[in-house]
Amino acid sequence: MKTYKMAWRNLWRNKRRTLITVAAVVFAVFLSTFMSSMQEGTYSKMIENTVSFYSGYIQVHHPGYWASRSINDVYAPGPEFFKKIDETPNVTLSFPRLESFTLLSTGENTKAAALIGIDPVKENKVTRLSQWVEAGKYLEPGDDGLLVAKNIAKQMSLNVGDTMVLLSTGYHGSTSAALFPIKGILNFPSPQMNNIGVYADITKAGEFFSTGDMITSTVIMVDDYTKLNHTKQDIGKKLGNDYSVMTWDEMQPEIMQMIEQDRAGAVIMKAIIYIVIGFGILGTIIMMMSERRKELAIMVAVGMKRGKIIKTLFFETLYIGFLGIVLGFLLSTPIMLWLVQHPIPLPDSMAEVYEKFGFEAKLFFSLHYPVFMNQIWTVFAITIGVFLYPLVTVARFKLIQTLRS
Amino acid sequence: MKVIDIKDLYKIYEDNEAEVHAVDGISLSFNEGEFAAIVGPSGSGKTTLLNILGGLDKPTSGEITIGNVKINELPPSKLIDFRLHNIGFVFQAYNLIPVLTAKENVEFIMDLQGRPKAEKEKRTRELLEQVGLGDRLNSRPNRLSGGQQQRVAVARALASRPKFVLADEPTANLDSKSTENLLDIMEKLNREENITFIFSTHDPRVVKKARRVITIEDGKVIKDEAIR
Ligand SMILES: Nc1ncnc2c1ncn2[C@@H]1O[C@H](COP(=O)(O)OP(=O)(O)O)[C@@H](O)[C@H]1O
Repeated sequence: MKTYKMAWRNLWRNKRRTLITVAAVVFAVFLSTFMSSMQEGTYSKMIENTVSFYSGYIQVHHPGYWASRSINDVYAPGPEFFKKIDETPNVTLSFPRLESFTLLSTGENTKAAALIGIDPVKENKVTRLSQWVEAGKYLEPGDDGLLVAKNIAKQMSLNVGDTMVLLSTGYHGSTSAALFPIKGILNFPSPQMNNIGVYADITKAGEFFSTGDMITSTVIMVDDYTKLNHTKQDIGKKLGNDYSVMTWDEMQPEIMQMIEQDRAGAVIMKAIIYIVIGFGILGTIIMMMSERRKELAIMVAVGMKRGKIIKTLFFETLYIGFLGIVLGFLLSTPIMLWLVQHPIPLPDSMAEVYEKFGFEAKLFFSLHYPVFMNQIWTVFAITIGVFLYPLVTVARFKLIQTLRS
Repeated sequence: MKVIDIKDLYKIYEDNEAEVHAVDGISLSFNEGEFAAIVGPSGSGKTTLLNILGGLDKPTSGEITIGNVKINELPPSKLIDFRLHNIGFVFQAYNLIPVLTAKENVEFIMDLQGRPKAEKEKRTRELLEQVGLGDRLNSRPNRLSGGQQQRVAVARALASRPKFVLADEPTANLDSKSTENLLDIMEKLNREENITFIFSTHDPRVVKKARRVITIEDGKVIKDEAIR
């Protein structure tokens, strides 16, 4: 009789006990899968919200730009540039920005702020900038006007139709000065964004800074954010060393840190569940062993090597973990599948905050493979840990004493 | 032909400063085909002697030669293999592997020996028929009576084609009818397969069946007589 077959029969010597133990593992696997799925779903939605709010998944800059933020660290994209990026697998969309600092002046009032030159159509596809227009109108391609963030408009007592002077140092020390009409007021959900500055059509901004066709950043959106680093490398290779390619988490590390902290908290909870279950399995294995001491001694007496006995016991422990995993997944996967398609709506009190930011007020789930892999590794590790008990017991038990007991 | 040769065997336990001489200077030998009982009161050293003979326990001093191997000199790992290929065991109780059927219990030993499938099946069937369980091949131990279980155990002990079979009080848990039946089967196999059987007992009905009776007291052989 093969070891694995004998182990299987041994497992069912006490059916009820084995079933209870397996059920405990199923419970842990189910709970952890559910938790992980919800976490990963929430994180990926959070990332999606963040990147679509402003930064995009990937940006391409002049190598010096991220540190200097200088209008001199710009680049001319050239005719092939966007084509190369758009043809990279996983990339869905790319568009330019030209950003720098400027002084805003109305005569009585002067303020320092950002001037962000955008492609009104493409920008709106991703960041949906037009939804924040509170008064006036959104920019048209080639527009002469400005969109002004709400706090700035308020502080400078500006309204739609007013004009404003922008003063700045342009490309290579040139002086930039121009008069702009105000086309719209932007009311963002975040105070930070309401202080950001003004938006203009990218051609106008290029004229203002004397940068011509050059830009400071290219914003890139992707399809599958889990392949982000791969896509980043692909773009880097295509564009060569004259450009610096950064992912959203390199540009805004605090969000990733927040996610990591949340993950760590959840790991502790899952660890507690799994430790409790681990002791449950250990208890079962200890009972199984103590009932069978004499039987194991007889096997050794008639000529079975201890190694082979240990192998049998290993299979028995493994089966418990394996059954737990398989049944746990069989139970959780259909539910997860449904939840991925049907996210849970948040209660009204929480929903408000989400909706204010233009986010969907729902609890999202994910079926990303780490959700499952992590459970498999954890249960496998527990199985190995628990198995130390039979391993040591069989290696050390005294044959004669056990036979006589 | 000599199968077992024991010379000056001692087993001394140090028990709370008092020494227990469980085997106290025994020299004995057994020939092929013997059917021998070791008798003596409880605590006289029968189990200790059988355990040493079976290579399960180490003597304090003395020599045990089986075939031409001095088993007292074998390291534990070699001893397991030696037991597997040379000695059959029948224990008092809880002998069989509960998750295996009668047939699988007998095959188990030959599995460990790595015998080919055809040979395994043929011999198992033969042996179980010889012990009168040809119709219970697929029963698990918990479906068999105590006497039937011991008969499976005897079949298992013979499956490895050992040089001899050791049985420590094989009938202690059996009623008198099963006892007689088991002894008859053991004797029949002893004659048919010409295999040496050595069993310990304090049951006079079992002693009656033996052809050689060795009496032990306080770890010493006090009588060794051939019957008939
Ligand atoms: N592990 C041990 N430690 C100390 N004394 C032991 C041990 N095993 C057996 N003995 C002693 O050795 C003697 C012989 O025991 P045993 O071989 O079991 O006799 P029997 O089988 O004839 O009843 C007894 O006095 C018993 O108490």
